[in-house]
Amino acid sequence: MIRGPIPQAPAQPPKAQVEITIDGTAARIPEGSTILDACKSLGVETPTLCFLQSLTPVNACRVCVVELEGSRVLVPACARRVEPGMVIHTDSERVRHSRKMVLEFLASSVDLSTAPDAQRFCERYGADPARYAESDGSAATVEQPVKIDNQLYVRDYSKCILCYKCVEACGVDAQNTFAIAVAGRGFEAHISTEYDVPLPDSACVYCGNCIGVCPTGALMFSSEHELRARGQWNEAEQTATETICSYCGVGCTLTLHVQDNSIVKVTSPIENDVTSGHLCVKGRFGFSYVQNRPDDV
Amino acid sequence: MDLHYTADVATDDERAAVDGLLGPARNGVSGAAARRQRHLLLPVLHALADRIGWISAGALNYVSRRLDVAPAEAYGVATFYALFSTTPRPPRVLHVCDDIACIDAGAQALCSALASTFGPAGESGPDAAATWLRTPCLGLCDRAPAALLATAGAQHAMVQLAPVDAEDLARAMTGTSNGAGAVPRIGGSELRLLRRVGKVDPESIDAYRAHDGYSALREAFELGPGRIIAEITASKLLGRGGAAFPTGRKMDAVARAPERPHYLICNADESEPGTFKDRILMEYDPYAIVEAMTIAAYAVGCERGFIYIRGEYPLAAHRIGHAVAQARRHGFLGNDIMSRGFRFDIEVRRGAGAYICGEETALFNSIEGKRGEPRSKPPFPVQAGLFGKPTQINNVETLANIPLILLEGGAAYARIGTPDSTGTRLFCLSGAIAHPGLYEVPHGTTLGALIEMAGGVRGQERLQAILLGGAAGAFVPPGALTMPLTFEDARAAGATLGSGVVMLFSERVDLPAILRRIAQFFRDESCGQCVPCRVGTVRQEEALHRLASDGTSAGRKGDVLLLDEIGRAMRDASICGLGQTAANVIDSARKNLDLFTSEAQQ
Repeated sequence: MIRGPIPQAPAQPPKAQVEITIDGTAARIPEGSTILDACKSLGVETPTLCFLQSLTPVNACRVCVVELEGSRVLVPACARRVEPGMVIHTDSERVRHSRKMVLEFLASSVDLSTAPDAQRFCERYGADPARYAESDGSAATVEQPVKIDNQLYVRDYSKCILCYKCVEACGVDAQNTFAIAVAGRGFEAHISTEYDVPLPDSACVYCGNCIGVCPTGALMFSSEHELRARGQWNEAEQTATETICSYCGVGCTLTLHVQDNSIVKVTSPIENDVTSGHLCVKGRFGFSYVQNRPDDV
Repeated sequence: MDLHYTADVATDDERAAVDGLLGPARNGVSGAAARRQRHLLLPVLHALADRIGWISAGALNYVSRRLDVAPAEAYGVATFYALFSTTPRPPRVLHVCDDIACIDAGAQALCSALASTFGPAGESGPDAAATWLRTPCLGLCDRAPAALLATAGAQHAMVQLAPVDAEDLARAMTGTSNGAGAVPRIGGSELRLLRRVGKVDPESIDAYRAHDGYSALREAFELGPGRIIAEITASKLLGRGGAAFPTGRKMDAVARAPERPHYLICNADESEPGTFKDRILMEYDPYAIVEAMTIAAYAVGCERGFIYIRGEYPLAAHRIGHAVAQARRHGFLGNDIMSRGFRFDIEVRRGAGAYICGEETALFNSIEGKRGEPRSKPPFPVQAGLFGKPTQINNVETLANIPLILLEGGAAYARIGTPDSTGTRLFCLSGAIAHPGLYEVPHGTTLGALIEMAGGVRGQERLQAILLGGAAGAFVPPGALTMPLTFEDARAAGATLGSGVVMLFSERVDLPAILRRIAQFFRDESCGQCVPCRVGTVRQEEALHRLASDGTSAGRKGDVLLLDEIGRAMRDASICGLGQTAANVIDSARKNLDLFTSEAQQ
């Protein structure tokens, strides 16, 4: 067989560069980038909670806000695209104040005990959530019973910061199942199926992609939830093993998280070209056959 | 889409309500064609609420099938709006205003009386004939105290009741009430926008035409789009909804936007507590709004316009709907307006109890059948608004100025008022004022002169404070009576004209209680999307309640400082104007009235 030269994709025209200033440093950033992209390229660490590279930015948490000269209010770094001549401050008093307050608002109303990123940001910005309930313990919270209505995962909305990621992952950004949406309004807004029906009655297909994107552990594998409840969850002792899912021909990369020689949860790397971190019910939850050992029977 | 539904099934009545709007199911569309009707979700939910009184799981499943919307999303939309219920509710619901103007008029006593006779708000069983609820401002402050009676059924009705006493409310609960259509009190030094109010039959297009009606549209066709926008730019008209954006600049941007189609929206979701000017314009001069929309649409190149009227304004919706139908019949809307080859039509949309939908991008989402959550800007509406297309969106009063500008010319218009605040302005006077009502004065009239026009402070009471611009506005002290009412003077005084609210509070009013009601308003009306507003409005209200209770002086000082910190974060980091202004009145009470100053210094 005669082969010609391997066809090459036409060279992309180089992206125009936009000149901006971040914290006094002039930088040239590719057109179309967000301020968050620009911060990353300059090594400026920016806290984010509702942002995920695989999802459409909703800029709802507001923890990534930065000060843009000429703008009356702060702007979200995750969604705002760079424009020529922007002068941005990422660590001004205004920025630090808003970030601290956002983190205090969350930490005083939501259980962040399984949200390591949020905890780290709280420390960095000196958030003091206790001061809201100091005098009489009157600060409203979203505390509520854990929803356990299926064998695969639990929903603990006491830990929900309403970042919308699960809704996006269930919807057009990944799964197109639309089992959940935001319902209610204001402080009573919450993630819900229609009429709050249990998951088995809903459209849920148990892909678990909502768990994969949840930043606070509000959505959690039942296996992890049970181990935590027994005080046996030990992340330091866990190993992570990459493999390829054996169920179909797509070839999704799986990361098996193993503790005491048992798989305790399955994820997929977000930077993986095949999955972008998303899986289906088989890859996510269909692992028990791997460990059907004689002793277990 | 391959959607999943629960087993709940709609009743025949529920199907009839939905089919009444969408047409029979057998003639209906499916798939992508059904999804293109998503913008009918809110009208369909209204149809269910009107007919049944509440929205059941079976009804929502049926709606979801007809529009190919995921039931979870439809539920998210239905639970967003205060006028809808997703739990069983009696057919008759009495909404009793307990907002700031009505508090001054005795609303708390009315609510107590209702509670003692009919039980606590919202707690009557589903088998009861009626229930009552507390509601934020109903836009009837000129006739406070106010209520709104909604009766579901085949012969559904919604009636505004104001002023009401305890007997009126009891009659409404037992179903023997008739709404009284009182002509509003209007006044001022120069009636331009209000010249037809109360004088010209609002239901007659002939009467409208006999009083200048449609002469401005004729002039518009002579001028052509470019010169219309030039005249409006020359008039220096600024938006009257609260944000004071130059109208001409907005129109120019939409007219030049290359993407098509362009949309026109009249923002009639007037919900700022204390505001009732747009309601009176729509109720008593509806053709003027229809004509103004037609001119604006011609200028910026729109074939399709919407007027989004707040759900609590049944008479305004009726009168505007009637005017649109009459205009269509007489060739002032439709495919060939005034035989000039211009095609334009207007759809009337009703809000459903959500202050946030007055925010322009939230309003787009609401029309599109989504939750009324504001979008991030940029992109701005002139670039990507309704359905992602360039959109001209203006407040009712702003639009009402356009025919005047065309008839007298932009330069002549600009000579009214002051150089930077041109034209006249509608002010909604309520609270401790002798003659509450709607007053029209040229910009630059002093606050004191305006109040004198309305008979001055009520009775023998002494003025404590004046709220300008509504819940998102600011308090000014009695000393501000010399302030000229202009955009620039209000700004210099640490206030805003906002939506034209001038609410007077006498010394018998407990001002911290008013602040708590305003804080509750923002907590209730926050859409919940962004953290600073969703939680900040709650923490703000909590701090105000703690300040009202006995606490240590250290605790009180801490709470006053905390209010400042919360306010700064809401102002700086919220997505939209609601959160950004939710601390304004508290801030202004601290700065302009010295409220909580002693606490802060302890």
